[in-house]
Amino acid sequence: MAFYDPFARSVTRRGLLGQFGTASAALISARSWAAATTSLPLPGGPTERALTKDFPEKGEMILQRTRPPLLETPFDIFDKGVFTPNDRFFVRWHWAVIPTDVNVDTFRLTVHGTVNAPLSLSLSDVMSLPRVQLAAVNQCSGNSRGFFQPRVAGGEWANGAMGNAKWMGVRLKDVLDRAGVKAGAQRVRFAGQDDPVVDGAPKFMKSIDIDHARDGEVMIAYAMNGAQLPLVNGFPLRLVVPGWYSTYWVKMLSSIEVLDGPDDNYWTKTAYTIPDTPGANMKPGEANVKMVPINRMVPRSFVTNLRDGTTVHAGADTPVRGIAFGGSTGVKTVEVSTDGAMSWRPAELGADEGKYGFRQWSTRLTPAAGDMTVMARCTNTDGLVQPATPNWNSSGFMRNVIETTHLRVI
Amino acid sequence: MPMVLGKGAAVGAVAANLALAFAGGSEAVAQAPSPAIGLTLKSISVELPSSDRMFPAGPGSEAVNNNCLACHSAGMVLNQPALTKAAWSAEVHKMITVYKAPVSDEDAAAIVAYLTRLKGSSSPHP
Repeated sequence: MAFYDPFARSVTRRGLLGQFGTASAALISARSWAAATTSLPLPGGPTERALTKDFPEKGEMILQRTRPPLLETPFDIFDKGVFTPNDRFFVRWHWAVIPTDVNVDTFRLTVHGTVNAPLSLSLSDVMSLPRVQLAAVNQCSGNSRGFFQPRVAGGEWANGAMGNAKWMGVRLKDVLDRAGVKAGAQRVRFAGQDDPVVDGAPKFMKSIDIDHARDGEVMIAYAMNGAQLPLVNGFPLRLVVPGWYSTYWVKMLSSIEVLDGPDDNYWTKTAYTIPDTPGANMKPGEANVKMVPINRMVPRSFVTNLRDGTTVHAGADTPVRGIAFGGSTGVKTVEVSTDGAMSWRPAELGADEGKYGFRQWSTRLTPAAGDMTVMARCTNTDGLVQPATPNWNSSGFMRNVIETTHLRVI
Repeated sequence: MPMVLGKGAAVGAVAANLALAFAGGSEAVAQAPSPAIGLTLKSISVELPSSDRMFPAGPGSEAVNNNCLACHSAGMVLNQPALTKAAWSAEVHKMITVYKAPVSDEDAAAIVAYLTRLKGSSSPHP
């Protein structure tokens, strides 16, 4: 590859090693680009994406970016059940220096900062703590960003930057208690083993309030869906922050730092902020909007068995099903409208696998002649309902508008 | 129920008894019910694919290829929608000021011009 590298003087050696790789890596990427493609219905495009099977421990994924990896779950996966298989679970990394060798005997998780006894825990140490598990949706802050209008820069996801798993691990609270949190602690900050390519760039870190960290629900997971995490999903340890966006779910978790003041790091304070308004909504171009760190998720629902543009038959009994989640709490109702949101009727809810997870819903329709729309609307147990009009903000965060599926009736 | 666990017999594996039966219902976090079965964490060594995709040739493509691909592959940029010159300028300067990409002023201007030509939008927003 005739390619002049302008960073040779200023980037780290490991960054360069990870950069262009070897001849075999080049072959891998060539194969990936020659693979099948799919089309995402993003307004204004581009709509075409490669499908790739080239990532370790992953099945076929929608390739949004090779390096650092951004891989989207093909949407038909969500029709197969409420738990997203590990090998199809979406992937999102910020920085390209990602360890590709993890030794379970030498891996250490450190707990430090405003604590009585700093810890360096082996995986055996972590796994010896009381075990907990829960189902929870892990959703990128920018899931569905590609549907924003006007369009905004960022990972141009359709709706597949989300997944639901049974997470198993230990309570963050138990780990913090073992270190002994000192009086005056305010935040707990998390970092993984990934690093920026360029020296001086901000390492990816996120923090949450000390009370949140000790709520007994935030966990350090060592298994998802009964197996160890795929490396690109955060092996060996990943923070799980139920009900909160994925940006807080730090992968390859290796550092827990208790802070006695606010967290001024870029990734918490500046990046991943939303307008402090209902629905994180603002007008395009609006100035002087107060911004706050993104936090709890909001309800969403999707039809999964009928794609937009599907043909159905007039007078035929037609099953319609999908998934919903309540965001920061459980699903109360899912309702369906076939008259453009004039009237709604409840769908039947499937098994409750835990309030933070996906919930399947189903109903039956008998289409009349003419084109038809199916809208699904989730209300969570706090009474929060999906909005009829899409939100907008300059980062493309927190989309949760009521989705509409258009059907052709013949 | 806390369990004290030693390292697995095999080097490169850490074992714990894990219950794969899942506690359903609305309780958010539940102790794992019995029966428990073993799960062993295994060391892993993988290779992540790289990309040799380049930006389409044109005025400024050399500046883009030389400055941008060290940190990220081209696909992310090529998947972007049409954006205004101001939006492209903001993106490029975020890479420089926040993410510390060492890009000269001259190259930064060439990159903004290239991206605006490749994926420009005249709409006022964003």
